[in-house]
Amino acid sequence: MNTCRIAAWLVALAMSAFCAEARAARDYISIVGSSTVYPFSTTVAEQFGKTSKFKTPKIESTGSGGGLKLFCSRVGADTPDIANSSRRIKQSEFDQCRNNGVTEIIEVKIGYDGIVLANAKNGQRLQLSRRDIFLALARDVPDPDREGQTMANPYTTWQQVNPDLPPQKIEVLGPPPTSGTRDALVELAMEGGCEEIPWIRALKEKDENRFKGICHTIREDGVFIEAGENDNLIVQKLDVNPQALGVFGFSFLDQNSDKVQGSLVDGKEPSFEAIAAGEYPVSRPLYFYVKKAHVGTIPGIEEFLAEFTSERAWGEEGYLSDKGLIPMPEDERASVGMAVRNLTPLVLP
Amino acid sequence: MSRNNVGAPSTMEIVHRNLGRRYRAERRFRLIGLLAIVSSLLFLALLFLSIVTKGASAFRQSFLLLDIHFSEEAMNVDNLAAGDYNGMVKEALRKMFPEVKSRSDKKLLFGLASPGAAFRLQQMVVADTSIIGSTRSVWLPADDDLDMLLKGHVDRLVPETERRLKDVQLAWIDDLTEQGRLRLKFNTTFFTAGDSREPELAGILGATMGSFYTLVVTLFLSFPIGVAAAIYLEEFASRNRWTDIIEVNINNLAAVPSIVFGLLGLAVFLNFFGLPRSAPVVGGLVLTLMTLPTIIIASRVSLQSVPPSIREAALGVGASKMQTVFHHVLPLALPGMLTGTIIGMARALGESAPLLMIGMVAFIVDVPKGFLEPATVLPVQIYLWADSPERAFVERTSAAIIVLLGFLIVMNAAAVFMRNRFERRW
Repeated sequence: MNTCRIAAWLVALAMSAFCAEARAARDYISIVGSSTVYPFSTTVAEQFGKTSKFKTPKIESTGSGGGLKLFCSRVGADTPDIANSSRRIKQSEFDQCRNNGVTEIIEVKIGYDGIVLANAKNGQRLQLSRRDIFLALARDVPDPDREGQTMANPYTTWQQVNPDLPPQKIEVLGPPPTSGTRDALVELAMEGGCEEIPWIRALKEKDENRFKGICHTIREDGVFIEAGENDNLIVQKLDVNPQALGVFGFSFLDQNSDKVQGSLVDGKEPSFEAIAAGEYPVSRPLYFYVKKAHVGTIPGIEEFLAEFTSERAWGEEGYLSDKGLIPMPEDERASVGMAVRNLTPLVLP
Repeated sequence: MSRNNVGAPSTMEIVHRNLGRRYRAERRFRLIGLLAIVSSLLFLALLFLSIVTKGASAFRQSFLLLDIHFSEEAMNVDNLAAGDYNGMVKEALRKMFPEVKSRSDKKLLFGLASPGAAFRLQQMVVADTSIIGSTRSVWLPADDDLDMLLKGHVDRLVPETERRLKDVQLAWIDDLTEQGRLRLKFNTTFFTAGDSREPELAGILGATMGSFYTLVVTLFLSFPIGVAAAIYLEEFASRNRWTDIIEVNINNLAAVPSIVFGLLGLAVFLNFFGLPRSAPVVGGLVLTLMTLPTIIIASRVSLQSVPPSIREAALGVGASKMQTVFHHVLPLALPGMLTGTIIGMARALGESAPLLMIGMVAFIVDVPKGFLEPATVLPVQIYLWADSPERAFVERTSAAIIVLLGFLIVMNAAAVFMRNRFERRW
């Protein structure tokens, strides 16, 4: 029985030590959010951890929405300091933040990412337009015989979509609905193509729900294959199936340029230069948001921001561009950098 | 009666007539069984083969031999960590290829060495300040693109624009190889470092330690609780409706998908008790919930298999109920309980879904040093690497899978060994 008593004491001791430690403030930065920003955020974090006296920040990949939800839940050491996002914060999220006492948020735009539609090198390179992408991937497409009416998407080859394209089967591997890449595909490529059809564009003002229903719904008849969040897997699948197109971020094209080729969209090649110049139509800005209340409480936030917005990180020749981030133009970098140094909070109506 | 049977086939005749068919049925069944085993072995072999062939090369890593001059000017005497170590690496490369002049070519040249090379030099200087001022030949990690080329994962023959390594770089690499300054060596970094965004600097020690801390918490909570629950339910509790309900619930819990335990952990341990996110202690608590039913069920089965004669003999010589259980029944049931525990632990080691909810799917560079520091675990590390764009992470993913499989095989072998060594058959 003696051993039992000793064991009981040990457990009690461990529990109290543990609770005491749990209450102590955090000494590392906690970051959550988008899986698209994750590779860039982690690179800066690692660099920051190695070259500064602070600990390396911890970064969770939760998706943009999930990250902002955690970020906005409260002010306090048990909540994240920074939320990465592959889109701008929504008004509803901003309001939620404010209601939960997170009143001052600093917005940092870090650069651009391109969404590419790529196929294997041994296949034929496609020259798509956003209209082609919409017609090939939407669940309902406009009925050519009846103005203002839609029909279930009947197209099975690219040639049916656009006579200039090859008679190749439409087969697209892409991310699931939880992914920010999918949001960008829908909002930039499909909606862009959708608006080229006059009567649908007219709907945008009249009946926004119907407009979104037509433009934002991807077909579910097996032509668009949800291949999971793992973009490497998509690249591997493309390698063995030259018919198929894959949808992923520019950094995967950059790393695998010997295996896959990006399709031209509206005549523009998904290259570093074209995305940086804003010519490639399917590209989006990437952001992160900082809780101003934590600056000063959690050590190292200001220094981390300085590292992220330094020329050696996000500049034209910076280490983030090696990882596939497309830098912003110089004057934009200067203005964002200035706002970050002054810790200017974001103002939304 | 016997007259009625005249003309009708005798029993032996019926047996003989059907005998061929029965033999055939048996042979068929054996064949199907054999085929099932052969095909599953085949799939297993295929899986192992693909993982091992992909992962084996990750255990070796390209290194560059550079003559580094630890110049005093580049050092910062007050803060050794702040010296210009990157500059030393660049200087060494520049000396080796003095003909490289243009800015873009220089960038390509410096790209041959890993960004971690400077960090390696910094560690050398911090460990031994006497090397300042001298020139040493140091093997430094090469960039992952170079590493992939050396290991044959990159095709040299594709056009230059489609390669990450340019033609000039290939020429330098050939030059370095001829001089014996470029070599594949055993990849110690893989076993001694935490996660990194540079494949050549990434290692599994952080994830392994995270798994270790998590499993320690799981073991120290689930084993005593599970065994105590099993002993109480099996030996002391009376059979009534309540114990029936508890029993059914335990059996049901064993079949609950593991992500549900993650959600429970998020709601209870993080939101209610306010424990830190991403900490091994929370991971351990969640995995405890998951493994408890397995351990309770295994422990009860092994208690049941102890023959009643043991209990009756102990009670007969005057032992109390408690003495009977702890002195006689428990020691005999313990090997079975341990086997169940190890199998439960092996399942916990391979689990990643419940940890997603409590923030253990995260990029963590520093190797965790305690139960409350942020950590990740081996299966999560595999998931994170599988999702990284750099090609060199493909082989590291497989290598991490090999390590995880190694741990699982060791744990299961321990369970088998213990069963054979200590188990008593009645």
